[in-house]
Amino acid sequence: MLTVENIEKSYEGKPLLKKISFVVEQDETICLLGSSGSGKSTLLRIIAGLEEPEGGRVIWNGQDLAGTPAHQRRFGLMFQDYALFPHRNVAENIAFGLRMQNRPQEEIQKSVTNALETINMRGFADRKVTELSGGEQQRVALARALAPQPRLLMLDEPLGALDRSLREQLSTELRRILRDTKVPAIYVTHDQEEAFAIADRLLLLHDGVILQSGAPHEIYHHPKNVWVAKFFGLGNLIEGRVIERSPLKVDTPLGIIQASCEQDPPQIGEKATLLFRPTRACRNEAHCPNQIAGEVVDQVFQGEAYHLTMRINESIPLFNVSLSEPVPVGDKLTIYFKPGDVLCLEDEGDQS
Amino acid sequence: MSSFADQLRNWAKNPTWRAVAFWLLPAIFLGYFFYQPLLALFNLLISPRWGFSFSELNLNKIWAPLRFTVFQASLSTLLTLVIGLPGAWLFTHFSFPGKRALRTLTTLPFILPTVVVAAGFNALLGPRGWINLGLMLLFNLDSPPIQFLNTFGAILTAHVFYNTTIVIRVVSNAWAKQNIRLTHAAKVLGASPWQTFKEVTLPLLRPSIYAATLLVFLFNFTSFGVVLMLGGPQYATLEVEIYIQALHLLNLPLASVLSILQLVCTLIITIAHRRLSGQQALPISPRAQEIGVRKPRKGFEKILVILLVVALFSLLISPMASLALRSFVKLEPNRGERGEIERGFTLNYYKELGINRRGSLFYVPPIAAARNSFMFALITIVITLFFGLLVAYALQQSSPINNILDPLLMLPLGASAITLGLGFIIVFNRPPFSNINFPILLPIAHSLVALPFVVRTLSPALQSIPYSLRSAAKVLGAPPFRVWREVDLPLMAPSILVAIIFALTISLGEFGASTFLSRPEYPTLPVAIFRYISQPGAMNYGQALAMSTILMVVCAGGILVIERLRLPGKDIF
Repeated sequence: MLTVENIEKSYEGKPLLKKISFVVEQDETICLLGSSGSGKSTLLRIIAGLEEPEGGRVIWNGQDLAGTPAHQRRFGLMFQDYALFPHRNVAENIAFGLRMQNRPQEEIQKSVTNALETINMRGFADRKVTELSGGEQQRVALARALAPQPRLLMLDEPLGALDRSLREQLSTELRRILRDTKVPAIYVTHDQEEAFAIADRLLLLHDGVILQSGAPHEIYHHPKNVWVAKFFGLGNLIEGRVIERSPLKVDTPLGIIQASCEQDPPQIGEKATLLFRPTRACRNEAHCPNQIAGEVVDQVFQGEAYHLTMRINESIPLFNVSLSEPVPVGDKLTIYFKPGDVLCLEDEGDQS
Repeated sequence: MSSFADQLRNWAKNPTWRAVAFWLLPAIFLGYFFYQPLLALFNLLISPRWGFSFSELNLNKIWAPLRFTVFQASLSTLLTLVIGLPGAWLFTHFSFPGKRALRTLTTLPFILPTVVVAAGFNALLGPRGWINLGLMLLFNLDSPPIQFLNTFGAILTAHVFYNTTIVIRVVSNAWAKQNIRLTHAAKVLGASPWQTFKEVTLPLLRPSIYAATLLVFLFNFTSFGVVLMLGGPQYATLEVEIYIQALHLLNLPLASVLSILQLVCTLIITIAHRRLSGQQALPISPRAQEIGVRKPRKGFEKILVILLVVALFSLLISPMASLALRSFVKLEPNRGERGEIERGFTLNYYKELGINRRGSLFYVPPIAAARNSFMFALITIVITLFFGLLVAYALQQSSPINNILDPLLMLPLGASAITLGLGFIIVFNRPPFSNINFPILLPIAHSLVALPFVVRTLSPALQSIPYSLRSAAKVLGAPPFRVWREVDLPLMAPSILVAIIFALTISLGEFGASTFLSRPEYPTLPVAIFRYISQPGAMNYGQALAMSTILMVVCAGGILVIERLRLPGKDIF
């Protein structure tokens, strides 16, 4: 079990990581999600022992790793650019970690064969890594990281350099391998779809702190604040002022909106930001108090649904909804939201 | 008529014909002035006119210099690596005060003429140098206590001075480009720092180390001026032996045999070097993160860095500084001067450069040598720039004939200046050249030595101009010559300046061919320095140092300009 405690690190004089703490349990894949420059990779390098934190501790099963250099931690790290050794072939790359442990030759041979088997690359043993495609390199890098049976596997944007279709295919494969090996893993990415696909638990890293953590569906359905909603692109965010707390009513440019709130709602007269998810819009809810009318300015067919952009008024020129029926551009459209589907969120500034 | 014009236009569009047109004049020049003398060396051995037969050849006269050449080159190279590799480590990993200055200093040996370096070591460690005179004064000795000149150690020291910076630059360039994540990957996979170095860093560095080693070996192998001026007559390398056989013993056939041997050896080394430097490991990822420099942290690191910085600074600065200082100071009596002498600062050595005293070796004052040198350099610049631009444009045409002609152009790099000089006196010691009063062969020989450098400077600059720029100029209404003037010329201007400086400094410092070709009434600076420095008397010595200082300042100024102008990411090699 890995415990990360109050890790601090600055970059060029500015704080990059501010007292980061979290735990990775056995068998668990956690995913560090954050935009580029948020310090995700730095955090991985600190855990791996390649960089030293300015404060805080990295603890493995109760033992502080401060004095343990990288090569004695027995953690696996898969690099964003794979960092395959260009002067060694596929088999030698995979065998590297085993050789460092001075395992007997036959055992190394067997492990390499198994590893190649696992990543579906039998017959690639003697190939030069410089001749491999991006996807093949990625799989060799994974095999190399897993071969010495690390106590913890870290993956730094492992699919980042690949194109979309390859990414989806390899993400499935990666999930299977992580499940089969049962190694605890930290997966770093900036791609939310990837994160949702891989993670048992998500840690959202922003501005040097973990903004929210939890299972993917939890975070998706219960974003903690406006920044999280924006980061995941959850829907329309409309600002207004609270005029009544129970039931929560907010005065917005859309009119008076009844909304729900998961935390303690803001005081009367305070600012509130409301989240309207496009997919929650419906057309025939006569009893619904939240009624929004506007003109359709754009319509995109998206297979399962039609994505419509509405113009409500001067202050809200663009409002996105997703409907099962098409509406011609230029038509007037009225839609409804249930109070339970309009979420009042904390402001992003509140957190730090 | 119009069909003929069409035909011409078609030819002008064909890359091979265009390449042929651009190659025509440079090929004639090279053929006449380089390959003809080269072939003459072979001819000398076959032609019955010289009465040479292989059976009479004293093999020991070949083996001895060859054995010594290989031995001194190997030992010099080894010593160079011993200092250069830690130097590369220093430059790659650490920031330290004076790093910029040291980096600039490391370019100096490239362009400093061998006579200047020899004079520098003479001024530092020679019998009339700072250290010996200082020790004599201090302990009241009658003779210089340190015997440095005419020792094997002197040759080695000068070679280390010359070549350490090659190792530093080549290896640290490759090292700095290494993806740091590779070493991180090794560490995470359980490799200790030593294992990481042995398994990852060193193998990836190996091609650059081999390349640097071969380059250094090549330079040591063909070293002439340093060996002649610091080693003295008992240490004859192939080059020195060719010079002695040809000019002192007038045994041209033996000189030719040695020259051919020399040429074969250098060709083999050059080809091996080309192979190795072409074989650098490809970066596996475009996002590779390079090693960042940092301040030395731990105690032993600090000590090592300080030691290295001090060692490199003193290695690079002390001969040069001694040279410059010694040329302004009077420390010993002039010839014929008796009794107490006045020691101290003097400008006499410089002032006397313009005066032709009786007893001077030449019929002309030493300053004439400087004038000659600059005149030859000017002619060299004109010749190399003319042919260099033609070749650069020829190389730009995508035609298979470039694959054949380009290596032929680079061959003069492998042939030593001594070989060239020997070939010249064999072939051109006849009318019209023997009739002209002016030694035009000298700047021509200099041009052959400088041309590969000029082409290697101009050609990449030309190829880096995107074709679309010329198209844009054409579409905007510029006729072909205007396109050249408005696009090519301004964009190539910095490289042309670099090429000019290369030609200038190579010509100014050229010693090997000049010893064969300069005439007494037309001495060049290096030739004059060589003659003066071995003459007795404080005045001759001081004048030699003064001339060396002038040469050093010009060359140092040149390299500073080159450093400013060189294309980003391109090193001199």
